[in-house]
This record gives sequence, structure tokens and C-alpha cells, in this order.
Amino acid sequence: MREMASEMKSSSNRASGTDWRRSPKTRRVLVGSLLAVFLAGVVFFALAWRPSIAPVARPVPGSFPADLVAKGEALSAIGHCAACHTAPGGQPFAGGYALHTPFGIIYGNNISPDPATGIGAWSPEAFTRAMREGVARDGSHLLPAFPYYAFTQLSDDDIKALYAYLMTRPAASNTVPANTIPAPLRIRALQEGWKILFFRSARFRPNPSKSAEWNRGAYLANALGDCSGCHTPRNVLGGEEGGHPYAGWLIEGWIAPALTDTNPSPVPWTQQELFTYLRTGVTPLHGATGSTMALAIRGALDLPVVPDSDVRAISLYFSEMDRASARANNGEAATQEALASSSLGSVQEHDPDADLYASACMSCHYNRAPTPIAARPELALNSSLSLSEPTNFIQVVLNGVSNTETDNNTEGAAGLVMPAYGSSLTNSEVARLAAYLRRTRTKLPPWNHLEKKVASIRREGPAYH
Amino acid sequence: MTTFDLNGRTVSARSPDDTPLLWVIRDELRLTGTKFGCGIGFCGACTVHVEGRATRSCITPVGAVAGARITTIEGLDPQGKHPLQIAWLELQVPQCGYCQSGQIMQAATLLKDFPNPTDQDINAVMAGSVCRCMTYVRIRKAIKLAAVKMQGGAHE
Repeated sequence: MREMASEMKSSSNRASGTDWRRSPKTRRVLVGSLLAVFLAGVVFFALAWRPSIAPVARPVPGSFPADLVAKGEALSAIGHCAACHTAPGGQPFAGGYALHTPFGIIYGNNISPDPATGIGAWSPEAFTRAMREGVARDGSHLLPAFPYYAFTQLSDDDIKALYAYLMTRPAASNTVPANTIPAPLRIRALQEGWKILFFRSARFRPNPSKSAEWNRGAYLANALGDCSGCHTPRNVLGGEEGGHPYAGWLIEGWIAPALTDTNPSPVPWTQQELFTYLRTGVTPLHGATGSTMALAIRGALDLPVVPDSDVRAISLYFSEMDRASARANNGEAATQEALASSSLGSVQEHDPDADLYASACMSCHYNRAPTPIAARPELALNSSLSLSEPTNFIQVVLNGVSNTETDNNTEGAAGLVMPAYGSSLTNSEVARLAAYLRRTRTKLPPWNHLEKKVASIRREGPAYH
Repeated sequence: MTTFDLNGRTVSARSPDDTPLLWVIRDELRLTGTKFGCGIGFCGACTVHVEGRATRSCITPVGAVAGARITTIEGLDPQGKHPLQIAWLELQVPQCGYCQSGQIMQAATLLKDFPNPTDQDINAVMAGSVCRCMTYVRIRKAIKLAAVKMQGGAHE
């Protein structure tokens, strides 16, 4: 026993170790590594450092030509700037919208021209750098929740127009709440690391083999609308997966469906269907928008200042991406099949799930041939039933669809409201409805673990409200 | 505080945003034609129109209709002479009457979407509106009568 103790003592002496200090080789390696780490740190922070750009007096609104301001207004609507930079019920562009990300809550900044709390002291150079490099006027890095990685592709003229529009808005003195991003991610200089990995500063390059309309659509979708911000899968660091553009992703508790030909909607998204949807938030053959997509349509793409031609261009771009023309023939067959199933539940049958559907849902969702009615979203045509997961279906049933015109939480199509069934249906009843509709309105394999998924989404609360 | 349009006049509700619209209409704004039935959106007695469409007011939070146009049975027709109301009187549809304002509001949306409703249309759209007195046969007749009456005029 004593021997053992003595042995342990001696080994612990070695471990706590004076030996390595005597070895010049080990010492050299250690000092060398420390120096390398230190130098790498110096180089990193040198790379990360950006100068502050001198503040300017707030530009006089009258100094901007009216047509430039008007152009900026349309661009701002297509880029749905107000969505993240306006708090629910708040003054436009005064900031404060809470974006729920996997890293914490990020609050949209005040981009009204208030010099102290907004961007009133930003010169055109400072604004351009923020848009193209993701750096604030004071030299601090902006988080990629602000899609500078998309805006970097914008043309000089369009950035000028956006600057003119924002600088002519009423100034709002409003300090937004602090983000809840934990340390060390909240160290702004570390954003340089994200930029080295995922960001390339580059202008939009048109594809000469495509039409002018397609290129306009590609530009608006990728440089301004940042459609991929929600519809492209992201890696654990929040960088977009370059290999799967527009393959669909989960955002703020909702599935942003794939915009490629893997999109599961029974009726293909043709240019016309996309145009109607992006312009109004609803189409008879696809249903109404919900969740964060509403922010890109309501008070954005649906505004009269946005030219029809721009929305058509975006629609063309995505209708080519999902190869709608190759699948267009399926649309009519899918519609008729959907309408044939729409009365299921209205006849005498011994199916308690059908009764549940008939009591709670059918009075609003029933349709009949020849075409579904836009105000009666046809569930058999709705992607919430054909996605591989029941997420969107459960969200809508539990939380409903609101129509709050007074703030930017407006969802769905204008005037369409759906009650929230969260307080009247149990998890098991929502699960039964989901299973019943998936079984009778699609030919897809059943969803599994439905009740658990309902419980989990109910626990999270309304993801977007 | 939620502001919306109720039967053509602008009203502001003091109740919190998550209060059911039905409670605001009945208890705060004192329009009691709309009835409380099951309270879980399964019987149709509370049906009102939101932007012209039948909606169960007992599970619709008042905050969800901010800025929207709400119509109750009191506002369906200024004189109470909507074709459905006339048909309801002619055929003496109600027995106890409790569910009838909800039935009429739901039927109004039915006729808007399907001006010549088949039995299947009526079954499907009216299935969520329950009547304990079993007046269903007269409801069906009255809807069809109103559909005929409405072929001439424009009504919601």
C-alpha cells in the first residue's frame, strides 16, 4: 500500500511536471505555438478591423430627386426592408422587430434617418459599405441576419435610390433592445470569421443566355429579396449551403418550402400562379401565405409602388427554377382530383376523424368543381398537407391566421382570417385531423409521431406573432 | 386596444388582444344577437362575418381582426331584410332560435360562394352549424328559397 502511494506521488510529480520545462525542444514548440496563436489573433483582428466613417449632418430630404426616392421606395418594398426594421405597431423603419434565430433574438436596427439612434449620420459611403460589406458606420460588423451577403450584388444606382428613400423618411428616435446572442458569438469582430467562410463581395452578373426578364427576376430575388435567406438550407454556423440553393428550410418554426422542382405542391408554381401569390398573398390553386412569408408580401410585394413587371420577373425566375412548364399538364388533373375529394366528410359515414373535420374545418374549406375559391383554401392543393413534415399544418391549426392591418403582423391574404384552434382542439385531435387529411387528400405516406409534433409546436408558442 | 369596423361604425375594444371576438361583441359592445354555444368553434352559434366571410368569433382573438370589417346579424341588412332573413320568416325556420343568427351568417357566405347551392354544398358548408331543435330541413329549404330571391339583387 505504502509502495503504491509512493509510486502515485512520484508519478504525480512527473505529471505536475517540472520535466518538460527542462526540455528545450518542448519549450520551443510551446513558445512557438503560443506565438503562432497570438500572431494569428493579431492577423485576424487586423483583418476584422474596419475604420469608422465620419458622421455627416442628416441630408436634407429635399436634396434628393423625387424620382430617385420613388425608385428607392419600390426597391425597399421588394426587399421588404420594413419587415425586419419595423416593430409590430411601430413607426416604419424605427427598428425593433424581433427575429428569432437559432443563435438568439436579433432586433432589427433603426434605419430611419434619426442621427442618434438611426442612420441619419451615415454618408452614402457608409450606407454603401453596410449594404455591400456588412459593416456599420462606426466600423463594427453587422450580423448576417441583415442580408448584406445578398445586397452586395446590388447596383450602385439601386443603393443610391434606397439611400434616398430611407433618408427622406420621418426620423424616429428609438433605441432597439439589445440582441440576446450569447458570448462569444456576440463579439462583432468574430463576424469576420463568418465572412471569410461564407461571404464574397461581388456585384450581380447577368446570365447572357437568359432573357432580360429572367435576369431582372434573378437580380431582384437574389440581390434584393434575399429569397434564399429563408428558402435555402443553412449549416450550423448559419451559412447557406451552396450545394442546395432553394431546397427549403425551417425558419421561425415554419417550413419555407423548396422553390426547386422538389416543391411538393400538387399544382406546379407557374409564372402566373407565382405572380398572383406574390402580388396578393393567395391563389385559388395554392392557398394563402402564412408566417414570415407574409412579411415579404403584405406591405411589400403587394404595394402599388412595386411594378407588375418586377413581380412577373421574379415569378418567371422561380417558375423556371421549379420547371413548372415541364409539369404544367399535371395542374388541371391535380385540381380536379382535389375538388373531387373536397366533399369527403359531408356524407354519412362512420369515421370520427371525418366528423371532426366536418365540424371544425369544412364550412370554410369545402370547394367543388370547376375551380376552388381563393377565400376557401383548398387543402388538397395546399403544400401544408404535401410537405414531408406536418409543421406548417400544425402551426396554422393551433395559431390561426390573423389579419391585423395595423401592424406588420398581417398574415395570409387581405381579409382572410382563420380562428386559432389551439384552445379548442387537444394535441390528439389536431394529430387526428392531420392524419385524416394526409390520408384522404394526398397520396403521400402518413406523417409519423404526429401527437408529439403537435405538443412540441404548441410548447414553442406562436412562432411568429 | 383593438380598433375595427363593426356593422359600419369604427369601434375600439378595451379588452386585451387575446380576448375572443365574441366576448367583445356581446359583453363590451353589447350586441347580443350573436350567441355563445360551445366556445370551441364546433357549433357555429357565434358565427359573424370578418371581411364578409363567416368566421367563428368564439375562438378568434380580437387582436387578429384589427382593422378588419366585422358584420354581425344586426348588421347583415340595415332593415333586417336580407333575402335569407325574409326566407327564414316566410318558412318559419326557427324553433328555439338560439343557433339561428349563426345559421344565417354561415348561409350568407354559402350563397356568396355558391349562388345556386346543391344539397352537397349545403351539407358541406352548413355541417359546422349545429341546431338542437333539428330545424335542418327548414334551414335547407330557406337557403334554397333565398338563393332564388337573390338571383335578382346583390347581397353579401
